[in-house]
Amino acid sequence: MSDAKIELRNVHKRFGSKVVLDGINLTVPQGQSLVVIGGSGTGKSVMIKCVLGIIRPDRGEIFVDGKNVLKMDQSEREKSLRKFGMLFQGGALFDSLSVWENVAFGLIQGRRMKRMAAKDIAIEKLAKVGLGPEVGELYPAELSGGMQKRVGLARAIAVDPEIIFFDEPTTGLDPITADVINQLIVDRVKELGATTLSITHDMASVRKIADRVAMIYKGKIIWEGPREKIDQSGNDYVDQFIHGRAEGPIGMDVLKP
Amino acid sequence: MTFFAIIGRVVLALLAEIGRLALFVWQAVSHIIRPPFFWRLIAQQVMRIGYFSLPVVALTAFFTGGALALQIYYGGNEFNSESIVASIVALGITRELGPVLGGLMVAGRVSAAIAAELGTMRVTEQIDALTTLSTNPYKYLVVPRVVAAVVTLPILVFFADIIGIMGGFVVGTSTLDFNAGVYIKNTADFLKFDDVMSGLIKAGVFGFIIAVMGCFHGFHSKGGAQGVGRATTNAVVSASILILAANYVMTSLLFAN
Ligand SMILES: Nc1ncnc2c1ncn2[C@@H]1O[C@H](COP(=O)(O)OP(=O)(O)OP(=O)(O)O)[C@@H](O)[C@H]1O
Ligand SMILES: [Mg+2]
Repeated sequence: MSDAKIELRNVHKRFGSKVVLDGINLTVPQGQSLVVIGGSGTGKSVMIKCVLGIIRPDRGEIFVDGKNVLKMDQSEREKSLRKFGMLFQGGALFDSLSVWENVAFGLIQGRRMKRMAAKDIAIEKLAKVGLGPEVGELYPAELSGGMQKRVGLARAIAVDPEIIFFDEPTTGLDPITADVINQLIVDRVKELGATTLSITHDMASVRKIADRVAMIYKGKIIWEGPREKIDQSGNDYVDQFIHGRAEGPIGMDVLKP
Repeated sequence: MTFFAIIGRVVLALLAEIGRLALFVWQAVSHIIRPPFFWRLIAQQVMRIGYFSLPVVALTAFFTGGALALQIYYGGNEFNSESIVASIVALGITRELGPVLGGLMVAGRVSAAIAAELGTMRVTEQIDALTTLSTNPYKYLVVPRVVAAVVTLPILVFFADIIGIMGGFVVGTSTLDFNAGVYIKNTADFLKFDDVMSGLIKAGVFGFIIAVMGCFHGFHSKGGAQGVGRATTNAVVSASILILAANYVMTSLLFAN
């Protein structure tokens, strides 16, 4: 595909003797929203960390805008990272900084924006995730888990990135807030033409935000297709996952690796 | 066979660790001299590392100076003790005890705090988050701490010198009934600029060791709270040993002739 924004080719990663990624092939076209589903501990988070350069894969190639990120030197790589926004699964908020400073971090440190101007943008982004300006003055430790997630989301979109990764954006949120977040992700893609790669276990989220869906199992992508096809995938693994059945080809060995 | 295998593994692990440390130091130093500079963060660390260590270092120096005066008095002959006590306290404190004990106390306080803070940031993915927000973690976290420690340790030790000599003076004039004027004159006669300077140079090196060991172990900590605890212990132990070793090397170089 020539309009691929992100492309992973045969990516391998193991930790010690434990194989986590075992030849991942995945393409995210420009302006699309790809959702990756898969059981706990199957390497979804490791996969996006490989694209971001936080984890170095053992083998394989990763292209962003046609350039192999694994062959870049430090300054090229830093430049390339400016395109990205990332929502971490655990939030990863800076606990020594207030909420608004967290959201404005990429603007102040990365883009060298004046603090006051950045604060205005931070408050605007907080409002987008349903948090008032008074929350901006709090510290991450003073927030509930769901609020932390929303702050993480506001931080990920603060610099209007071209590519956004959402690692379980709706986990731990009530259904209404989860829907607001899903809608927000959809809007981002429409408004900015952003390319997004999301990870989720939440099927409501998949149905709302995905253009395409890919399923990861034992370190490989075992199925990929448009959202509409997910109910007729003809793949027993996908069927078991989306219906949340304990019986099926995915045994307990996935849960107890 | 297994015996050699064990030795081989230990040696390899040690070499790998030294390699990692060398790489880390290289990264840190190369970022010290390259812009952008985070002045605000450096100032913040100067306060934390320098200013808040002052009471600990002052108390250590005071009691050490006092104990030193007693030891010299009891150990030496009573004859001529007034000039000997004053001169040896001045020499001992400025050349060895001020920098070494000051350095060890700050190592306990600061290396541990740095390792715990950065270790927590590592395991909660905050360091990864920095990277995705176009901020180099070496520049943002390591450089300010190293610069602040290298700058403030000599200042701390300078105060330690003054207070340590004062400790000797207080004990000398109260417990040992020396004449205050004579004690001060003897101290001033024996105190040489070179001695003070050598101690301050040592202090700068110790500051570097303290900050680098704290940052290094924090950066490489893994595995949750337990991992952070291990990083903290390793930081303090390795910083202390390196301080003592570096002190020996520097003493033999600085006082070779
Ligand atoms: N830094 C690391 N060192 C060692 N092992 C790791 C590391 N990071 C991840 N792993 C292992 O890799 C596997 C995949 O982890 P990953 O976080 O990608 O799972 P996941 O698919 O995101 O799961 P979840 O849905 O629960 O978030 C896990 O078994 C984990 O133990
Ligand atoms: Mg995960």
